[in-house]
Amino acid sequence: MVGRPAGGSRRRRLNWHSGGYMPFIWPALLITLAVIVFPWVFTGWMSLQNWQVGAERSFIGLANYARLFSDERFFEATGRTLLYTFLSVLLPLIFGTIAALVFHEEFPLRGFLRGIVVMPMMATPVAIALVWTMMFHPQLGILNYLLSLLGIPPQLWVFDPGTVIPSLVLVETWQWTPLVMLVVLGGLASLPSEPYESALIDGATWFQRLRFITLPMIVPFLVVAAFLRGVDALKSFDIIFAITQGGPGTASETINIYLYLQAFSFNDMGYGSAIAVIFMVLVVALTLILLWLRGCTGWREAQG
Amino acid sequence: MSRTPLQKLVLFLVVLVVISPAFLFFLWMASLSLKPEIDNTAYPPVLIPSSLDWSNYSAMLNEHDFGRYFTNSLIVTGSAVALALLVGVPAAYGIARAKAHKLALVVMIARMTPALSFLIPLFLLFQYLGLMRSLWPQIITHLVVTVPVVIWIMTSFFETLPIELEEASRIDGANRWQVFRLIALPLARPGIMVALILAFIFSWNNFVFGIVLAGRTTRTLPVAVYNSLTYEQISWGPLSAAAILVTLPVLLLTIIAQKQIVQGMTSGAVK
Repeated sequence: MVGRPAGGSRRRRLNWHSGGYMPFIWPALLITLAVIVFPWVFTGWMSLQNWQVGAERSFIGLANYARLFSDERFFEATGRTLLYTFLSVLLPLIFGTIAALVFHEEFPLRGFLRGIVVMPMMATPVAIALVWTMMFHPQLGILNYLLSLLGIPPQLWVFDPGTVIPSLVLVETWQWTPLVMLVVLGGLASLPSEPYESALIDGATWFQRLRFITLPMIVPFLVVAAFLRGVDALKSFDIIFAITQGGPGTASETINIYLYLQAFSFNDMGYGSAIAVIFMVLVVALTLILLWLRGCTGWREAQG
Repeated sequence: MSRTPLQKLVLFLVVLVVISPAFLFFLWMASLSLKPEIDNTAYPPVLIPSSLDWSNYSAMLNEHDFGRYFTNSLIVTGSAVALALLVGVPAAYGIARAKAHKLALVVMIARMTPALSFLIPLFLLFQYLGLMRSLWPQIITHLVVTVPVVIWIMTSFFETLPIELEEASRIDGANRWQVFRLIALPLARPGIMVALILAFIFSWNNFVFGIVLAGRTTRTLPVAVYNSLTYEQISWGPLSAAAILVTLPVLLLTIIAQKQIVQGMTSGAVK
């Protein structure tokens, strides 16, 4: 710590650096407690109740959790969520890295074009879902027309249980590749130039420079991007709900959708809360794993 | 390093491939919204409308209570962003200066937690308080989105501001609040802009709070558009027009403020 007040007493220095800032923080802390921490605690308490809307509620201990562990639909939703998350991290990571390598080059209108590339992730998800639904239309949709140009037979996309998850992952990938691109671009901008200079002197090809210098050095940023993407993909709701509502049947029902249906369609608040608690545990666990991975890759040294 | 013509051509083609998924999608969206129904149900699909048809837009604007939903969105997002800046900017300053990293962690966890896990208790609470006919439930729950965004971005911004100037004015006898208001706050204006833009976009786009908490008269735009999809079975033209109208403010903002957005979306990630 530099620039301590000259001649300040020990007490005053302590005061400057630690205490005395709580009045700035209190209002936000109170709001956070009211709208975030209180609901967490209350959800935990509700998950121990038999709480159907419009009926008497009663304390039933861990019965909701017991029910959860014998609920096949919940386990299927969990498997689906993990598959969906895995694909929705992997594909944007690949395409986003490629896009970042391209946008790291200099060319005219780069700022404006970057704005266009970023549009999918900023646009209103429901609006995007509407247009994708029209594009997925088996008879009139543009996607089947484009496939027919390539000689590929028409697909049922989100209207078939077998293709609904890949189709939704396609939307998610289209939407979130730009985020990975931005993170990796930030990484590329921070790379030192010396290794490239010596590689040029040694006569390394473009591909060798990419493979042996660039990629190893941006790994920490890829881990950060995977982390952000993983957390978001796990709780993805808008796109899935607006396009399929979890259908056809339950073929695209993720934990988040199942939780919504239990709590707000079937009005089973107690059971919905139990799902919410387990879901949160899953999100936090995955977060910790990713944070641990980040620690392993020496992310802290990489930020310089 | 200058490029050969061949390299230029390759770069041009590669850039074209990278921007086309986004560009073609929004082009198709615009095309759908400007075509008469006869073009939208044609096969093979028509890209350039046979005649520009603005009636899709006027149909949406006039017949579907669009004005009310737009006002609802404006009130909910406006209030949630204003409140978040009001409490979030000072809090971020406090966290940055007091090095209260544990509090920053709470904000981080709040950003990661699924929205639905707050919604069950809040829904019951608002119902109990009899607030469900007003916009308050949505304004309050949107704070779940906007407050963490503001604190997140502003904390890393305040951490980049030099502390020496603030310490000097402390010695000159200014109290903490004066230091914040007169020195840190003016310097933080670019950061506040980034926080404001991102908080606005996230709140404007939010869908899940609306479908749970909004009634017929309190819907925000995304919820209203979703409902017109499922319940009224209207045709593609007006629906695409609605989709464009909902997301247009955000898209314009993205193009105009792309620098700030890029900075905000990667703050904390790349730092």
